[in-house]
Amino acid sequence: MINLRGMYTLFSKEVWRFLKVAIQTIVTPVITILLYLLVFASVLSEHVEIYDGVGYTLFLVPGLVMMSVIQNAFANNSSSLFQSKLNGNIVFMLLAPLSNLEVFIAYTCAAIVRGVLVGISAFLICVFFITPDIYNIWILLFFAFIGSGVLGSLGLLSAIWADKWDHIAAFQNFVVLPLAFLSGSFYSIKSLPGFWQKVSMLNPLFYMIDGFRYGFLGVSDHAVMVSAVIVSAFFILVSTLTLVTLQKGCKLRY
Amino acid sequence: MTIPAVKVSDISKNYGSLKALSHVDFSIDKGSFFGLLGPNGAGKSTLINIMAGLTHASDGNIDVMGNDVRRKWRKARNALGVVPQELAYDPFFSARQMLRLQSGYFGLGSGNYPWIDELLERLDLGGKADENMMKLSGGMKRRVLIAQALVHKPSVVVLDEPTAGVDVQLRKVLWEFTRELHGDGHTILLTTHYLEEAEALCEKIAILDHGKLIANETTKSLLSRYPYSYLHLELKDSSSALPEKIRDMAVSFKGRNVTLRLHREKDRIGNILEALYAAKVSFSDLRTEVPGLEEIFISLTGENND
Ligand SMILES: Nc1ncnc2c1ncn2[C@@H]1O[C@H](COP(=O)(O)OP(=O)(O)O)[C@@H](O)[C@H]1O
Ligand SMILES: [Mg+2]
Repeated sequence: MINLRGMYTLFSKEVWRFLKVAIQTIVTPVITILLYLLVFASVLSEHVEIYDGVGYTLFLVPGLVMMSVIQNAFANNSSSLFQSKLNGNIVFMLLAPLSNLEVFIAYTCAAIVRGVLVGISAFLICVFFITPDIYNIWILLFFAFIGSGVLGSLGLLSAIWADKWDHIAAFQNFVVLPLAFLSGSFYSIKSLPGFWQKVSMLNPLFYMIDGFRYGFLGVSDHAVMVSAVIVSAFFILVSTLTLVTLQKGCKLRY
Repeated sequence: MTIPAVKVSDISKNYGSLKALSHVDFSIDKGSFFGLLGPNGAGKSTLINIMAGLTHASDGNIDVMGNDVRRKWRKARNALGVVPQELAYDPFFSARQMLRLQSGYFGLGSGNYPWIDELLERLDLGGKADENMMKLSGGMKRRVLIAQALVHKPSVVVLDEPTAGVDVQLRKVLWEFTRELHGDGHTILLTTHYLEEAEALCEKIAILDHGKLIANETTKSLLSRYPYSYLHLELKDSSSALPEKIRDMAVSFKGRNVTLRLHREKDRIGNILEALYAAKVSFSDLRTEVPGLEEIFISLTGENND
């Protein structure tokens, strides 16, 4: 038996919640992307060609969009669940007949919706800078969904473990942000020295951004199938970890 | 034999070295109004949290309407409506939205909206139903919390200190409302540290102290555990000599004020008045006092509950 309506209600509550503060959850991230684009693209577009026929601005757009997609997916779940924990209103969900899997799916889907909505809005802004010519929308969506899924799941994990906002901020600033910046959003890792190229290949966010860029441009640093497999494996790993954590009740049902 | 509404079987809960509950065992009959009393920190909320699946027991198990709260958690949670002790609310939503969401979590759709409207009405929330929760007073938030526990029409309703810190008027409303719920056939479990509240509402009472169950019986039999009542007399003349039989009953003399302790069954006030009359002792005032749970509570836990 599965509580479909319960799961759907929790999902829609989460979407409703971030839409109520859309200035903060959608508009602000899009403005951030716009600023990045203005700064980087206007300074560098004349000088760099990353792949044959791909100028810097064109290279930058998918990287920026995907970075924002996954950061927002993370922020959505970490802040929402942690706020519920702090306010104590998490009991309403915990008292209801919702399984851990149902809770996980509801939150993860809400994070994906937030990520994808930010992505679409960001893309619409970028249209002012580049000609939108998407190579393969399905590949692009696959990486957007699974990337938001992974980061949404990590958001849940950090909210479960955190005791104060500092813990969430630390995870965001010392893990998510560096991984996102060092994932080849702003540059091709081919331009790095050999050692740093190898280090970059250990970063799961690199494959998300690289695969997403492939969907956009049809060119990437790494073979797209390999990226898809690695990102999927990572999704399974992180989801399992989150589900086990929920199952054990760590800091939620103790 | 019918199954009890709640069956607590040998529950223990440790927080590190703290034994919050040890070997607690009792059951609550279907349709009864049951009081769970105990001083602060006795373990009442912990027990309720285990019942609701918010906390896991270290040992033992609890069944709600015959469903083990761990193994048949979905059925158990459907049968249970909990009003938590802490005043929680979601600052993003209005009361009506919160109730609809909660109803949705229980798998109920718009078919349940009329019931939600009725709850809002019965709890006098009608006018505030569409205001953001943040704008509601503490008492209003408490009412929403109660409505939330009832959205799925649970058979067992648990109220964890619902009247702590609320004003007299709301307390009256809540008493009335819980009586109605009981009248509608719900099993009620109420924790409180207002003893007069338990005395007025509950048919059966269990007392927890330091995580141990120290009493579990009907309110009537609990009250009869303390078989004494008091008779306060104000004598007209402090020098008047009390008959010896009456002097033996006195527990205090303060000037012209005398307090006698009477055994509920053995001593009759009528006999005492006759004896005083015969001894020509006259008095200007007389007052009787029947001790309540307070005295029993103190004699059981050794603590003053105020
Ligand atoms: N999460 C927790 N961690 C550690 N100790 C706890 C926790 N919750 C309750 N306690 C302790 O367990 C005991 C019982 O608490 P509680 O059930 O809240 O009592 P009551 O509701 O009867 O006032 C108290 O000593 C309390 O400090
Ligand atoms: Mg308590």
